Amino acid sequence: MKNTALSQTHIELGAKIVPFAGYNMPVQYSGVNDEHLCVRAAVGVFDVSHMGEFFVEGTGALDLLQKVTSNDVSKLVDGKVQYTCLPNGNGGIVDDLLVYRISENKYMLVVNASNIDKDWAWISKHVSGDVQMTNESDDYSLLAVQGPKATEVLQKLTEVNLSEMSYYTFQEAHFAGIDGIILSATGYTGAGGFEVYFKNEHANKIWTAIFEAGAGEGIQPIGLAARDTLRLEMGFCLYGNDIDDTTSPIEAGLGWITKFTKDFVDRPFLEKQKAEGVERKLVGFTMIDRGIPRHDYEIHNADGAVIGKVTSGTMSPSLKQGIGMGYVQKAYAAAETEIFISIRDKAVKASVTKVPFLK
Amino acid sequence: MNIPEDLKYTKEHEWIRIEGDVATIGITDFAQGELGDIVYVEIETEGESLETEEVFGTIEAVKTVSDLFMPVTGEIIEFNSKLADSPEVVNSDPYGDGWMIKVKMDGSSADGLLSAAAYGEIVG
Repeated sequence: MKNTALSQTHIELGAKIVPFAGYNMPVQYSGVNDEHLCVRAAVGVFDVSHMGEFFVEGTGALDLLQKVTSNDVSKLVDGKVQYTCLPNGNGGIVDDLLVYRISENKYMLVVNASNIDKDWAWISKHVSGDVQMTNESDDYSLLAVQGPKATEVLQKLTEVNLSEMSYYTFQEAHFAGIDGIILSATGYTGAGGFEVYFKNEHANKIWTAIFEAGAGEGIQPIGLAARDTLRLEMGFCLYGNDIDDTTSPIEAGLGWITKFTKDFVDRPFLEKQKAEGVERKLVGFTMIDRGIPRHDYEIHNADGAVIGKVTSGTMSPSLKQGIGMGYVQKAYAAAETEIFISIRDKAVKASVTKVPFLK
Repeated sequence: MNIPEDLKYTKEHEWIRIEGDVATIGITDFAQGELGDIVYVEIETEGESLETEEVFGTIEAVKTVSDLFMPVTGEIIEFNSKLADSPEVVNSDPYGDGWMIKVKMDGSSADGLLSAAAYGEIVG
């Protein structure tokens, strides 16, 4: 099991540590509801250093990324970030990821920890021409600082005008007294804020600086459990739950990051799916009757026939209601369709809901 | 860790308060801490007679679902209906307002239960 540069800090803070994607990760500090609500109301800090960072450089970098990703990388300019996925050549998804354009011929890819090796092998397979790829996952730390007070807190540590940075942009900045820190206006919570990338050697200094800057705003460390409930309230996909090697981006509602303006892996298949429609769709749903949906529970129609499966579910700490996502047959995918979640052999009523759950 | 001396325990982290032939049952402070924020307690076995180790209900934390096991044999004569709307009292007061069921015990089914000291050794 690997540690992040901050593992000892988490233990000292009393975090419950669990193995996740090969890392010892903090799953919870004060409690998932408390942490969740802290991010929604104030500001929280997540150590997500397990995420992978690849750098792709060279005159062939753009062509490579256009080939392996579903979104149109040519739309990026320097300082812009793009959410995208890697189609797997078989109609499914290798991973979802962020692409950062550092310069015309240099990009950073941020991938899921559990897929670092798989992504590296997959992308490497498609390299041709002048491309140098480096996997710097073990050298980089990543803190997500999220919540309505995140900007105000981080502003104390940098000259860059953070409130002027648009969503999905980034800058290399002087931050907490250190040069070359990547400040990215991105996140996985829907609460606003930034993600901060830096070399491991700066981890303790940056962690301490952020917590000192946020002391007056009620800043708290946040674990992976609240990261999951926060992203689910927004209807954001989690790789391994809602999308995987067997789900297509079209089925998953990721048509908006699947652009047929360029050639890429699986383009003909996905273009056909988009034109002809898909048999099943990933939908959000809200529990009408009491119950909490969980990964792998069956979804039934009113006659008790199986029409799909839950991919993610939880009690929403903000809404105090069971919410979930799952694949259902297309006839049941429209908002407000009545469906039933099979919870311990009982059919519990739910309603298909347009995401985000938290408006 | 809070392990009251006057209660009995199981290795499944339940506590049992025995008064005559009625046992009041809940989960321990250790168990609520491990589960984290409890968001749902489902007990639909009131009036049923169940044997030791049979499932009498389900407890859901934000991230996990766990079955609740009978620590004794007997009839479930009451469940704590307050938990339907306030499951979080299992976190805040596991040995008090967070109790779950009362069981009218059959014979000597309480004999195998653990003392506070023995349970304390298990959760170390």
